[in-house]
Amino acid sequence: MNFDTNLIVSIMPELARAFGVTLLTWGFGVIGAVILGFMVAVGRRYGGAWLNYPLWLCVEVIRGTPFLIQLFLLYYGGPFVGISLDPIPAGLLGLTVYGAAYFSEIFRAGFEAVPPGHVEAAECVGLNRPQIIRRIMIPEMTMLVLPASVNMAIILLKETAVLSIITVPELTLVISAIGSQQYAFVESLFLLALFYWGLVELSGRLGRFMEVRLSKYRFVTT
Amino acid sequence: MTTPAISVKGLIKRFGEVEVLHGIDLEIPQGQVSCMIGPSGSGKSTLLRCMAFLEEATEGLIYINGEPLGFAPGPQGKPVRLPAARIRAVRSQIGMVFQQFNLWPHMTALGNVSEALKTVHGVRKSEAEERAMLQLKKVGLAERAGHYPSQLSGGQQQRVAIARALALEPKIMLFDEPTSSLDPELTGEVLNVMRSLAADGMTMVVVSHEIGFAASVGQQIAFLEQGRLVFAGPPRDVFNKPRHPRLDQFLDTYLDRGAAMLA
Ligand SMILES: Nc1ncnc2c1ncn2[C@@H]1O[C@H](COP(=O)(O)OP(=O)(O)OP(=O)(O)O)[C@@H](O)[C@H]1O
Ligand SMILES: [Mg+2]
Repeated sequence: MNFDTNLIVSIMPELARAFGVTLLTWGFGVIGAVILGFMVAVGRRYGGAWLNYPLWLCVEVIRGTPFLIQLFLLYYGGPFVGISLDPIPAGLLGLTVYGAAYFSEIFRAGFEAVPPGHVEAAECVGLNRPQIIRRIMIPEMTMLVLPASVNMAIILLKETAVLSIITVPELTLVISAIGSQQYAFVESLFLLALFYWGLVELSGRLGRFMEVRLSKYRFVTT
Repeated sequence: MTTPAISVKGLIKRFGEVEVLHGIDLEIPQGQVSCMIGPSGSGKSTLLRCMAFLEEATEGLIYINGEPLGFAPGPQGKPVRLPAARIRAVRSQIGMVFQQFNLWPHMTALGNVSEALKTVHGVRKSEAEERAMLQLKKVGLAERAGHYPSQLSGGQQQRVAIARALALEPKIMLFDEPTSSLDPELTGEVLNVMRSLAADGMTMVVVSHEIGFAASVGQQIAFLEQGRLVFAGPPRDVFNKPRHPRLDQFLDTYLDRGAAMLA
């Protein structure tokens, strides 16, 4: 079999657009998931039982079902309950909620890892709860949650491929379409794998770079 | 009669079903060093933490310079919780120093000391750091201002923690075994800082196993056992013979333990 480089060059513009869609859904999806996940973690920690329990249930359901099915339900089932979304917003929402369930667990573990004494010391000098979260807890847990968060972001990147089933014009959809039109499955899948792998490698490196930058904040062992 | 710096009235503390303080009445006089001693598990930390409002009393009341801390007597005698701002105001008169230092690892020594000035009191960064620097000088660590906690020895960390509490100019300083997690050669530097603080007339409550410190610097000794205040009084009454039999027992085991460590 011949590897057709001309083909690859000719489809570049289309690929670039698809690459952009993947990057944007991923980027905004991760940002949304981090923010929502953080809110869920804070709600579960400080909201009392009446907030903790329902949130716990949501998190468990989302973590216990495949993303593919959640997305299907949202996109094809949503209109039955009055939620009609275009593919990209639906994909973004799905990715955000799915990622948030996992991020909330990561942050919950992070909160728990902050020594209670550090929080008490902050209370003693008069910081209120939002100040303690902002000034003490977030910085202290960043180092701890960073590896798991980078991992989760990478998983979400790969999950963007699932958005193709609800016709989001991202890389997987576009490249498979090209593949079937041009009878060039191997080339297109090879390219696809390369794209994802490149991105994963890049974000992994970024994560490690940040870890090194933050390592001076490591905990004192006493 | 001046108002006591702290007065504890009928304090009962339960953790779930377990009662660990069975009705403590204690007055901490102004401008003196009060030391709390007693066997492990007797409730010293719990009592001190109640004074800092890190634990809420199950029953009883605590007054700081005459003002109720956290709860005030209500109309039917049942204590009512005070508004958060009021609690913070009373609490701001108290500085707390922990056994584990509890410095924030992501801030330098200067950052730790100036944090509350900036975040809570809205003091400009440059001024907050200037004031923090004065406190670091006081504990002899001005030249370590830029170090992170992980770059400081235990004794230095504890001195930074003392400076952090002092930066807010509290009227009362509480210490919970401030030297217990330090190597013996580092306890001296922390005790010296505490001595000079005492000499400046700071009201201090010190939970400590340093009987020597308690006997020499303490002006009042409170002895706790199994959640009860066995007695409180000036050190010469407490330590000179004839001693209270329970204290005798405690000192014996305490000294034995020290001897065992030497052997
Ligand atoms: N948060 C808590 N929950 C349940 N029990 C507790 C809690 N804190 C303390 N206790 C119990 O209360 C009792 C008194 O504890 P406390 O820490 O006040 O003793 P202590 O005199 O400071 O002892 P030590 O000298 O070992 O520090 C102990 O039996 C302890 O197990
Ligand atoms: Mg204790």
